[in-house]
Order: sequence, then structure tokens, then C-alpha cells
Amino acid sequence: MDSLQKNGLITEELNVYYGTNHAVKDINLTFPKHTVSALIGPSGCGKSTYLRSLNRMNDLVEGTRVTGKIWFEGHDINDQGEDLQQLRRRIGMVWQKPNPFFKSVYENVAFAPRYHGMKNLDEIVESCLRKAALWDEVKDRLKDSALALSGGQQQRLCIARTLALGPSVLLLDEPTSALDPISTAKIEELMFDLKKDYTIIMVTHNMQQAARISDQTAFFLLGELIEVDQTKRLFTNPKQKKTEDYITGRFG
Amino acid sequence: MNPKTTDRIATFVLYTIAFLIVSVLFGLLAYILYHGFQRIDLQFITSPPETMKAGGGIGPQLFNSLYLLVLTLIITIPLGLGGGIYLAEYAPKNKVTDAIRLSIEVLSSLPSIVVGLFGLMVFVNVMGWGFSILSGACALTVFNLPLLVRVVEESLRSVPREQKEASLAMGISHWTTIRKVLLPVALPGIITGTILASGRIFGEAAALLFTAGMSSPDLNFSDWSFTTPVSPLNPFRPAETLAVHIWKVNSEGLIPDARAVADGASAILVLTVLFFNLFARWFGRWIYKRLTAS
Repeated sequence: MDSLQKNGLITEELNVYYGTNHAVKDINLTFPKHTVSALIGPSGCGKSTYLRSLNRMNDLVEGTRVTGKIWFEGHDINDQGEDLQQLRRRIGMVWQKPNPFFKSVYENVAFAPRYHGMKNLDEIVESCLRKAALWDEVKDRLKDSALALSGGQQQRLCIARTLALGPSVLLLDEPTSALDPISTAKIEELMFDLKKDYTIIMVTHNMQQAARISDQTAFFLLGELIEVDQTKRLFTNPKQKKTEDYITGRFG
Repeated sequence: MNPKTTDRIATFVLYTIAFLIVSVLFGLLAYILYHGFQRIDLQFITSPPETMKAGGGIGPQLFNSLYLLVLTLIITIPLGLGGGIYLAEYAPKNKVTDAIRLSIEVLSSLPSIVVGLFGLMVFVNVMGWGFSILSGACALTVFNLPLLVRVVEESLRSVPREQKEASLAMGISHWTTIRKVLLPVALPGIITGTILASGRIFGEAAALLFTAGMSSPDLNFSDWSFTTPVSPLNPFRPAETLAVHIWKVNSEGLIPDARAVADGASAILVLTVLFFNLFARWFGRWIYKRLTAS
């Protein structure tokens, strides 16, 4: 129980199958509270699939089976009886491509809290936009379409929208790969601020990014977890030959 | 032959075909409108037809066509939305769903005269509604429904998948996601598709011959009750539509100016359908701009 208090999320022997394809194999990982964890690895290594199973998004894909345990807030959320609506309020997700709703900036943030019956929507919208470092840029255009924002602003809006439900874990699936360098820098800065209050798990293709902002890094290859360590140690002194080959750019 | 020459020949052939199609279309349109406009005036559009002498109009027929369209849409839109949402969002991938899809394909390709005879049997006789607007609307529903189901399904499917995921990932239920996230994005497509399908209903004749009937009572346009036999709104009265009227004056009309009446009615019909099409494009774009502010 003590380790559950300190840790935001733990997976035990997590397996994901797409039909007969065994995409993620026996992953044991621990994500301490208030840290940024980076999942790296070449395309198709199962890191996104693993990430999507943490808030049970893989349930939406027909023919997918997830076995193993995911410990979160004291119980196994991979259980059939888990209330997914409540779970997803606690574990938020941000996608690779910014996907704001086809609604106004305000409505993008207020939509989910209103659905869940939360009060003081104006305050929630303002505080979440502030947390996402977007408030100053959009405070005069809250009624405008979110699609009129730039890509980087849209992605920060997606982060704000996720924060609005008061989650404790944020799952980010390559959140900057569709953005320009300046927007990327802003999002990275943001993650640095957000980890004070949230446990962040991020998939990234960009190893410099993993090295810059994460506290721990996990290297995936062909569905297996090859190595996990503190970021600094993993990048300077990898224990596995495969990790070394990957981070030095010998493949992938 | 060298690739350059082949390219030139191909380009020439394609341009010729395109030109032929466009000129046939414009020729037809010009012919219909030229002849039609010689007859069309306010009196023609508003007054009732004559049975024996010249000078009759198409007022009741035009009204019948519009009223039938409205009634059909009232029946089809809820059913089409329901079916389309089911197929796009709920139907599992299995044999039953495949069978439903196949039925829809078949239904939409049924010859309209067959649908008309089916309507005569079921709505007119078995249900006992007689030759009436309601029977006509139900017959039109039979082949309008598959179109609409497909329009709704396609529009929902064309909404980016990430929209749905984003909503579900915030703990929002599937049904609310459909209503509040997917449908607003799909709406322009649904509206455009519905209006285009309306054009087809408006011009339909064969399915209505034996269902809505080939006559119209002397309508009293100051009586707007739903029950009196001469009320334009009474759904249980027979209602000859514009398209049926064209067919009738041409095949069995006794009026001396049958040709002119048919010309005028045709022009009105074509213009209305053309208007539906242009309006659908414009309205779809307008709604899209409204919803996305782009």
C-alpha cells in the first residue's frame, strides 16, 4: 500500500493483443507521482498501444484484449467492473495531432466539466487555460472557434481541456510531433510546470525531448520493455546493448 | 506511339466527352426553360387546372408536391437519423449488420413503379388509407429512407476519429458524444444530403400514381384544418403532384393546351429541383461556417 501511495500508476504483467497479434508483452512499470516518464522506441514497438491501455482506450478497438493489472488509486483499473467514465476523469489523455472539438475555445474546456455536473465553469475555464499557458493568448477570443487557433495553441487547448476534469495522471501520445519548434518548446516548458501537480506519462519519438524533460525513461522494442531507468542514467550509461544501439542512432 | 501523343489524344477524348455531357445538359435545360417560360406566369402557378378547356394552372399540384415532400421528410428524418446512427456507431461487424446493409442497397435500387405498387397494396388497401398524401408519403419513404440512412452514416463516419476518442477519453458517454460532438460536425453533410434527396422526392411520379393518386379535390386554401376533405393540409385526401400532373396531361389530358401546360409544369419542376441543389450547396457551406467559425 505504501508504494501505491507514492506511485501514481503501476502496471503488472500488462499484455495487449490485437486479435492474434501480441502487441505488448508483460510490461511491469511504475510511474512515481509528480514525475514525467518518457516511453521511447521505434515505430510499431507498442509504446502507444501500452499508453492507450492505461485509460482503457483500447476497449474501443474491436478485437483488442488487455490482460494484467493496472494499479491506480488503490485498485486494479483493468478490472471489468471499473467505471470507465469516472476513471477517465482521473486519467486524462492528449493526442499526437491536436484534436480540439469543433466548438468555441470556451466550450472546448467547459464541455466535459458541464457534462459531469461540475459548477463554476467560468472559473474552471480560466484556471485551466492559465495552467496550460494559453489564457493570455485566447482570453479575448473565448467565443471563437478553436479551429482558428494555431496548431501549438490547439494542443495547449487540448491539455487545458484535459486538466478541466481534475485528473491526477496525464497520458500524452507524442504531443509535439505535429508542432513547430517554438510550440514544442512551449509544451515542454508546460510539462515541466505541470509535473508539480500531475503524474505525466509521455510517448515520444524525439530522444532529445525525452532527455530534456523526463525523469525516467522506458525503452520499448517489439512490444517488450527492454530497459527502464532514470533518464540521465539511461541515456549516459544504458545497461542493455539494444538500448545503446537505439539511443546512439544505430537503428530505429 | 510516344507518350506525349498518347497524352494529347487522351486529353482530347476526355475534353470531348465532358463537352458532350455538358452540352446535352445545357441543351435540355434551355429547351425545357424556353418552352416553359412561354406559359409561366403568376396565374399559371396559383390557379387550379382545367379539365376540358384551356388556361388551367398548376397551383394545387405545386402545393401537393411541397406538402408531400414535407410530410415525407417528417417521417424519414427521424428514421434515417436513427438508422444511420445505429449503423455508424452501434452496429457490430457481423452477418446481421451485413444483411441490413444489403437490404438498404436493394431498397434504394428498387424501381419506383414497384415501390408504387407495393404502396398500393400495403398503404392504400391493407392500411385502408386510400389514395392519399399519407400513402404517397409512406411510399416515398420506402426509397428515400435508404438514401438518408446512408447519408447519415457516411457523414458520421467522415467525422475525424480523434473527435470521438477525445470525448470518450474525458468520461463522456457514447450517446452524449454522438449528440454533442459527432452530430454537430456531421450536420452539414446530413443537411446537404437530405436536401439533395428531397430533389428526387419532388420529381418522383411513378411511385405516386397508385398511392397519392392522380386527382386533387377542389382545395379551399382558406381552410387549414387537418380533417375536412377540401383542406390542403388533410393528409387523407388524394393529391396529384406536379410530376404526376405532367404525366397525366400528356397521356390522357383532354385540355387543348396540354402541351403548354406540360411545358410550364416541367420548367417549374426543373427549376425547383435546381434550386434545391444550389440551396443545398450554399446551406451546407453556411452551416459548416456557423459551426466551426472557419
